[in-house]
Amino acid sequence: MADASYPDGLLYHPEHDWARVEGDVATFGITWYAQDSLGEVVFFEPPEVGTQTKQGEPYAEVESVKAVSDVIAPLSGEVVEVNGGLGDAPETINDDPYGEGWMVKVRLADPSETEALQDAASYQQTLS
Amino acid sequence: MSAVDVRQTAQQRESATTIYEKSKAGRRAFVPPPVDVPERPLDELLPARFRRTVEAKLPEISEPEINRHYNRLSKRNFDLDTGFYPLGSCTMKHNPKLHERVAALPGHARLHPAQDPKRAQGALELMWNLERALSEIAGLPHVSLQPSAGSHGELAGVLLTRAYHEARGEQRTKVLAPDTSHGTNPATVTMAGYELVKLASNADGGIDLDDLRAKADDDVACLMLTNPNTLGLFDPNIEEIARIVHGVGATLYYDGANLNAVMGISRPGDMGFDIVHFNLHKSFTQPHGGGGPGSGPIAVSNRIEPFLPRPVIVRGEDGTFDFDHDRPKSIGRLRGWQGNFGCFVRSYAYIRSLGAEGLREASEIAVLNANYLLARLREAGVAEYLPVAYDRLCMHEFVLSGAPMKRELGIKTLDLAKRLLDFGYHPPTVYFPLLVDEALLVEPTETETKETLDAFADAIADILREAKEDPEVARHAPYTTPVRRLDEARAAKQPVIRQPL
Repeated sequence: MADASYPDGLLYHPEHDWARVEGDVATFGITWYAQDSLGEVVFFEPPEVGTQTKQGEPYAEVESVKAVSDVIAPLSGEVVEVNGGLGDAPETINDDPYGEGWMVKVRLADPSETEALQDAASYQQTLS
Repeated sequence: MSAVDVRQTAQQRESATTIYEKSKAGRRAFVPPPVDVPERPLDELLPARFRRTVEAKLPEISEPEINRHYNRLSKRNFDLDTGFYPLGSCTMKHNPKLHERVAALPGHARLHPAQDPKRAQGALELMWNLERALSEIAGLPHVSLQPSAGSHGELAGVLLTRAYHEARGEQRTKVLAPDTSHGTNPATVTMAGYELVKLASNADGGIDLDDLRAKADDDVACLMLTNPNTLGLFDPNIEEIARIVHGVGATLYYDGANLNAVMGISRPGDMGFDIVHFNLHKSFTQPHGGGGPGSGPIAVSNRIEPFLPRPVIVRGEDGTFDFDHDRPKSIGRLRGWQGNFGCFVRSYAYIRSLGAEGLREASEIAVLNANYLLARLREAGVAEYLPVAYDRLCMHEFVLSGAPMKRELGIKTLDLAKRLLDFGYHPPTVYFPLLVDEALLVEPTETETKETLDAFADAIADILREAKEDPEVARHAPYTTPVRRLDEARAAKQPVIRQPL
């Protein structure tokens, strides 16, 4: 597993989720800190395409060797794509949390919600 | 693998084989003598339709090999008779051998569950007396012994809650549980068809009253609470919590997993709880930890009583005991027969051996032992790396956070737990409760000596010292156990759950 990293250019939610906003679509995933705290992920239960996400509310479940946890949506919108690769290889969430380990793509309902999210530097400050 | 790798032990070299793999066709453990009475035709003894047409697949083994097989297996196990087992929220206390003796008495051990109640009066009297004792301990008037595990008792409690509300013509949809609750609580809520609403904890580790007030409304059927909770802390706001919950017409459910801290000192019924489950196998001694048999009786208030599982045990005016099946409002049966009777015998023996004063003393010493161990760990310098999560006087257990240990020494709580096995200890509960980072939940119980607690504290201090020099040692532990570190992720993803014969 790689060392801790929090890429610039992503937006961070305090429940340890990130969003990469491109136009009116955002990609969601969990942070390095989240996957490290969970331990090895053994199962990812995605939402169905078309599901509505709501900022701060759970939209998926992730099961690790320690516990089953809700995954919290950093932004509201409609799920337009789900990372099908996580079905067979959920450990990708540990190996590459910001790349191949992405979870869903969401068409945003309210782009102004991004104002409530943090940049990499301020999110990292909350971790120490 | 690093330089810390050690030679395999004899147990590790020996690959575990099932008794079927040891089987050799025609080998026998016992050969009966020739028949010396006239043989009768098989059809007279057992009609053909009841006889099997193919041979049973039984292992064919010599008697000494059977002995060795099971003896070897038993030595690969870790149990309370082998060593200290401070598994938090599980109350792994010593099981007095006297209880095994009374449970093995033929009148107990050979009693058939279908026995006519008229000829099982002694057993019914024991169950009735156990119900009265549990009623006194809970501070609630009515008891059912039927549920056979803590989780089963929880399900009974939530089904009783549903029956209570429905009898009043109310359809409620939500059940509240704090974020420190045992995993079985949310599972029970879901299984009983309710929606779970989590309550936040306050800075002292108790329930956040503002959050409770905000979430307690007419849709709430019940609040499930453990007090002391899984942080080992008694919630001093319990009376206010009860007022809020009862104020919206909901029931208050007591998860008895941590009863060992308060037996004979405070009673859930007096705190305002409507339904309580006991874990007889925790608080009232039983061998447990292998998945059963367990016993999870429930005690309830008058308003819940009409809905209790049936049948209930009744005592007639002439002092004889019987089952009452005529319970029209009952939630019904929760299992076949009456429960695990052997558990009732052992727990009844325990309660009668200790008496009211003794039960109180057991709880007092459980709390004393936990606080002593916590102080002893501090003295050994452990607090710097494993600070207590909520720094208050604890009850019968306490939670340490391994977050500084992970950050400063590079070993996780899991590594510490695995290394403890090499020191001859069963590790405490890890990664629970979930709200504490890198949690280690320690419950020493009242039946351990000062020397054992001292040695355990020293072992943790030793492991931290060792990790300071070389964290690799703990990262690859354990070394001395029958199997080395298990691949938990693969076990979850590719479980092998049957052995082909």
